[in-house]
Amino acid sequence: MYGNAYIDPNEKMPSFLEGEDLQKLEEFEARITGGDKIEPMDWMPREYRKQLIRMIEQHAHSEVIGALPEGTWITRAPGFRRKLSLMAKVQDEMGHAQLLYSAAETLGKSREAMIDDLLTGKSKYSNVFNYPAVTWADTAVIAWLIDAGAIVNQVANSKGSYGPYCRALERICSEESFHLKYGHDVVVHLATGTKTQRQMVQEALTRWWPPIMHFFGPSDKESVHGAILMKWKVKMASNDDMRNQFLNMYVPKIWDLGLVLPDPAFKKNETTGKWEYTEPDWDEFKRVINGDGPCNKERLAVRKWAETEGSWVRRALNTKESAYVVPLA
Amino acid sequence: MDTNTAIKELLYKIADDQLIIGHRNSEWTGLGPILEEDIAFSSMAQDKLGQSQAIYNILNSMGEQDADTLAFMRNAAQFHCNHLVEMPIGGYDFSLIRHFLFDHAEWLRFDMLMNSSFEPIAKLARKYRGEIKYHIMHADVWLKQLGNATEESHNRMQTALDNSFNMALGIFENGPHEEQLKSEKIFEGEEILKQQWLKKISPIIELANLELPAESTWNPSLGGRAGKHTEYLQPLLDEMTEVFKIDPSAEW
Repeated sequence: MYGNAYIDPNEKMPSFLEGEDLQKLEEFEARITGGDKIEPMDWMPREYRKQLIRMIEQHAHSEVIGALPEGTWITRAPGFRRKLSLMAKVQDEMGHAQLLYSAAETLGKSREAMIDDLLTGKSKYSNVFNYPAVTWADTAVIAWLIDAGAIVNQVANSKGSYGPYCRALERICSEESFHLKYGHDVVVHLATGTKTQRQMVQEALTRWWPPIMHFFGPSDKESVHGAILMKWKVKMASNDDMRNQFLNMYVPKIWDLGLVLPDPAFKKNETTGKWEYTEPDWDEFKRVINGDGPCNKERLAVRKWAETEGSWVRRALNTKESAYVVPLA
Repeated sequence: MDTNTAIKELLYKIADDQLIIGHRNSEWTGLGPILEEDIAFSSMAQDKLGQSQAIYNILNSMGEQDADTLAFMRNAAQFHCNHLVEMPIGGYDFSLIRHFLFDHAEWLRFDMLMNSSFEPIAKLARKYRGEIKYHIMHADVWLKQLGNATEESHNRMQTALDNSFNMALGIFENGPHEEQLKSEKIFEGEEILKQQWLKKISPIIELANLELPAESTWNPSLGGRAGKHTEYLQPLLDEMTEVFKIDPSAEW
């Protein structure tokens, strides 16, 4: 589950193209314009490689960290049907991480290096996972709406230019579509259930709405590097466009269930076709992404525990006979 | 005693074992030592839960309550699982050893039950024996690898084996209807199962460069089949049923 790659707007990018071979660059861009996929051994600009690694790596970390808030509810899921489904869903997310780390490895950064960067805080992951899943209903809202948001983003990115990432995303999206169905089914049961269940799911939606609005990232239309990344088909749509597409698809469904969005200003402008809402608190978004959210410390502490706890197993596997294998692409 | 009572006792202990170990192993989801293993361990935990559900469904067809009620509404004293499956996940060493010891017993149990005169369980056993075959292949590979890899991994696995073995012997605690189950050819009995199990695991343990604890120290951890459990089962059940019990009559 993943929103959009977070690129700090204050980050200096002196020159995307400094020192690049202009003829190769032209050929590269022509291939992309013509709809070709770029493969691991093909020539690519330095910055293309760097941005893709950052993006795929953030996506992979989001799967691993995203497994935590829902994973803690596996042991509490009510009934066999939900327990088995949630187990399979969280397992899928770990499988996505495996696919994505492999795709990123084709660009030259090892899984170990990526995980190290996650643990030190150097690499980011999707901001939403720094919020807690307080009740069972939160897991339902996550599985439905966060996975739905992820699909909007990932379907767009699967049409991108880097072959291994596109192929991974196609597989991931087909699994995410089951997650969405599962999440929707749980939300429907709660929203049409007992008074307690209805209250649970409304409270969860109210809690999760701000992170959902943050999910696609701040408005990036003015961003210069955004334009180049879109030309290279690293980024496929603006954050605002994806957010609007998501709202178009899901707000009517939310309202159909009798649930209320916690933003009185929320409405669709029928003339522009765009949703209008109170601007999300982007200061909070930045604060949380930089480490000061409700669960940042806990998420990384749990991940560090898992890494430390499993380190003896990995040491034991790292034998003289074990050799580097070309990552799946 | 009527046959149904004896069969139910057999089914409850199998289903409860599968449910509780499946639940425990699911606690590793997202936290495994490597991604590939995380995914594999979750698959096996899902199999176990699915198997327990199917057995509860047989019990339901014999007049017991439905699978969800059986799994989510009983207290610890009403469970018939063995002590090994109840234990917290500990480190990956303990979880792998438990997986190895338990799954070999389970595979052999289903292997026996394929020929049971009680057709519903024989049918399930034929189906699940194939699933559990992969579980024991998984366990064997890890045991051999970690037992032989580094001094650290060897020592960890040996310690985990030493600490688990008496609890594993508790898997084979006799039930109150052993003789009847045997005479009616429903189940060949715990003692034969234990002997087969020892015969099956011993060469693998040897290949893993590990040692079974000396027979003089064997002291099965008993009571689970009769509802006497370790301190760890009730908290597990409290957690498992936390949401379900908000309103057991609600559709979740």
